[in-house]
Amino acid sequence: MGQLSGPTDPTTDAHWEHNHPRKGFFTDTSICIGCKACEVACKEWNHNPQDGNLELLGSSYDNTGSLGASTWRHVAFIEQGQERITQARESGRALVNLGMPRIGPPAPDSSDPAEADTTPPDTADFRWLMSSDVCKHCTHAGCLDVCPTGALFRTEFGTVVVQDDVCNGCGTCVAGCPFGVIERRSNGTVKVATSREDQHDEHPAVPNAGIAQKCTLCYDRLVDDQTPACAKACPTTSIKFGDHDAMVETAKERVADLHAKGLTEARLYGANENDGVGGTGSVFLLLDEPEVYGLPPDPRVPTADLPTMYRRAGLAVAGMAAAAALAFLGGRA
Amino acid sequence: MTLSEFDNLRPSGPARRRGADGKPGTRRRRENGDGSREMPMVPEAEFTSYYGRPVVKPAPWGEDVALYLFLGGVAGGSALLGLGGQLTGRPILRRNARLGALAALSLGAGALVKDLGRPERFLNMLRTFKVTSPMSVGSWILSAFGAGTALVAAAEIDRMTGCRIPLGPLRKALQAVEGPAGFEAAVFAGPLAAYTAVLLGDTATPTWNAAHEELPFVFVSSACLASAGLAMVTTPVHEAGPARKLAVLGVLGDLAAMKVMEHRMDPVAAEPLHLGKAGTMLTWSERLALGGGLGALLAGRNRAVAAASGFALLAASALTRFGVFEAGLASARDPRYTIEPQKNRLAARRAAGVSDDAITTAR
Repeated sequence: MGQLSGPTDPTTDAHWEHNHPRKGFFTDTSICIGCKACEVACKEWNHNPQDGNLELLGSSYDNTGSLGASTWRHVAFIEQGQERITQARESGRALVNLGMPRIGPPAPDSSDPAEADTTPPDTADFRWLMSSDVCKHCTHAGCLDVCPTGALFRTEFGTVVVQDDVCNGCGTCVAGCPFGVIERRSNGTVKVATSREDQHDEHPAVPNAGIAQKCTLCYDRLVDDQTPACAKACPTTSIKFGDHDAMVETAKERVADLHAKGLTEARLYGANENDGVGGTGSVFLLLDEPEVYGLPPDPRVPTADLPTMYRRAGLAVAGMAAAAALAFLGGRA
Repeated sequence: MTLSEFDNLRPSGPARRRGADGKPGTRRRRENGDGSREMPMVPEAEFTSYYGRPVVKPAPWGEDVALYLFLGGVAGGSALLGLGGQLTGRPILRRNARLGALAALSLGAGALVKDLGRPERFLNMLRTFKVTSPMSVGSWILSAFGAGTALVAAAEIDRMTGCRIPLGPLRKALQAVEGPAGFEAAVFAGPLAAYTAVLLGDTATPTWNAAHEELPFVFVSSACLASAGLAMVTTPVHEAGPARKLAVLGVLGDLAAMKVMEHRMDPVAAEPLHLGKAGTMLTWSERLALGGGLGALLAGRNRAVAAASGFALLAASALTRFGVFEAGLASARDPRYTIEPQKNRLAARRAAGVSDDAITTAR
């Protein structure tokens, strides 16, 4: 067992002897065009079934809803007006002033409005945020820690994958994930729209029903030195794939670049190894607060507090034993 | 004003609410009747979220799991009462507690297996031992507890049937291990009652996670009063004295632990404990525990009062487990309980000068 929290190399923690570099995504949402090619490529490659009925969710162009057992890439659409853009720009600028940890000498202060290129973006009074969400492949993965069967494991690439022939569908990982990514696949909800019922009388069998499912970072492609399906399909290189360290470096360059252009709303999500999950394998560049995209603002892997919980439980057990002893020893009732 | 004839088919929009700071909700859409914009499909919230959708996913657990939380506690407490009866020469209490432990355990384990996505793979729970997984640790505790409990219960059943079960030479072995097995079951009784609290605490479900420090105390107290309640129902008053005392101690512990827990938890994450179904269940749980405890304390030597108090205590414990279970699921379904406490704690850390541990960074 490795560490429960803090910066670490998850592959070494998992006792992999040969040293593959940790792989990861960098999803740059500033150049996402919301085409959903990643969603489609992911579904096709991984043979993921339709989840739920086809329905319009009334949330801009997002009719997928969220990540789930059969949706391992999810493109979020957020429509915003002038006021929110201003707020996002301020909150991003505030992050710079916090004095975040940095690598190398301090960059020239590009947030100074006098020096920065403040060319406004082409849509100053409204914007449409699009972001392709995916499993974070955390350094300290809540799902992996709490899995009782060992079905979830850490691969040699530092990613977290479910072995579908081992999982017994206990569902503990679903509650353990601070990002709400992993889910137990049900086979009872898959139906096609009523109007097309005749054409789709015979539904294909749902694979892996009843067990937990999530993004594998295309483990089957990685072992063959291939790029994951979503990154391969992304037409704008919004989804980048590579060695985790290189992805974090690229992300940091990109955010500095955007700040230099006056787009102070840009910020990184998951690039800090001191955060509550020890940094994520999938790093994101966001243009607003994380909760706007449905991401938790301060996730913490629950297992980080497990030693405390076991200590408290031990105390409680001692109390229970003492109460029982007292009940029998304390004279006649 | 309506310009489109289709507008009267739309659902009436929710009332516009504003945040405490007077700023409008973020996903604000102007009231419009011209049909040029989509109507919001989810109620507008005072905090920012993605269309009001949950951030974390609730555990896919049905009421089977809540039932197990209750039955596991009954089984654990009963094993302790069984050992007490064994050591202090109370044969009826011992027999009833042992049989009660086995019944609760069997029903509870059955409920757990039934709740699995792939019940036929339940043995995979014992495929490995993982200390980071409370579910894995719990599966081993349950198995170890089950071994001792099954042995002592078998010995009791054999005695009750006048040694007519065709055990042959095994009867001697059974009688020899009966005493040690009672001890073995009692060793794992406390852990069985407490590990479920760690199981719930070690999740990203806001209310359970926020309660992780005090929940073990709530659960063991609840186990004490429930098992004592069962013994008060099943056992004549002259042997049930220790059960009455355990009931009173359990009620005191339960009420105190629950209050301390609600007080020390994040106030936002504690809200689901007071709202809706969970709130009702926990209120009634407190009332029934108080009633049952008073009954045991004041009139426990009356058989009828003892039995009624016992039932009240069993119901109180079940309601505690179902209430905490429901509150957690409700907290996971509403993004507010995930986002607000997290934003607050992040802001508190920043105010205290800690600025290097946020997941959001600008460089």
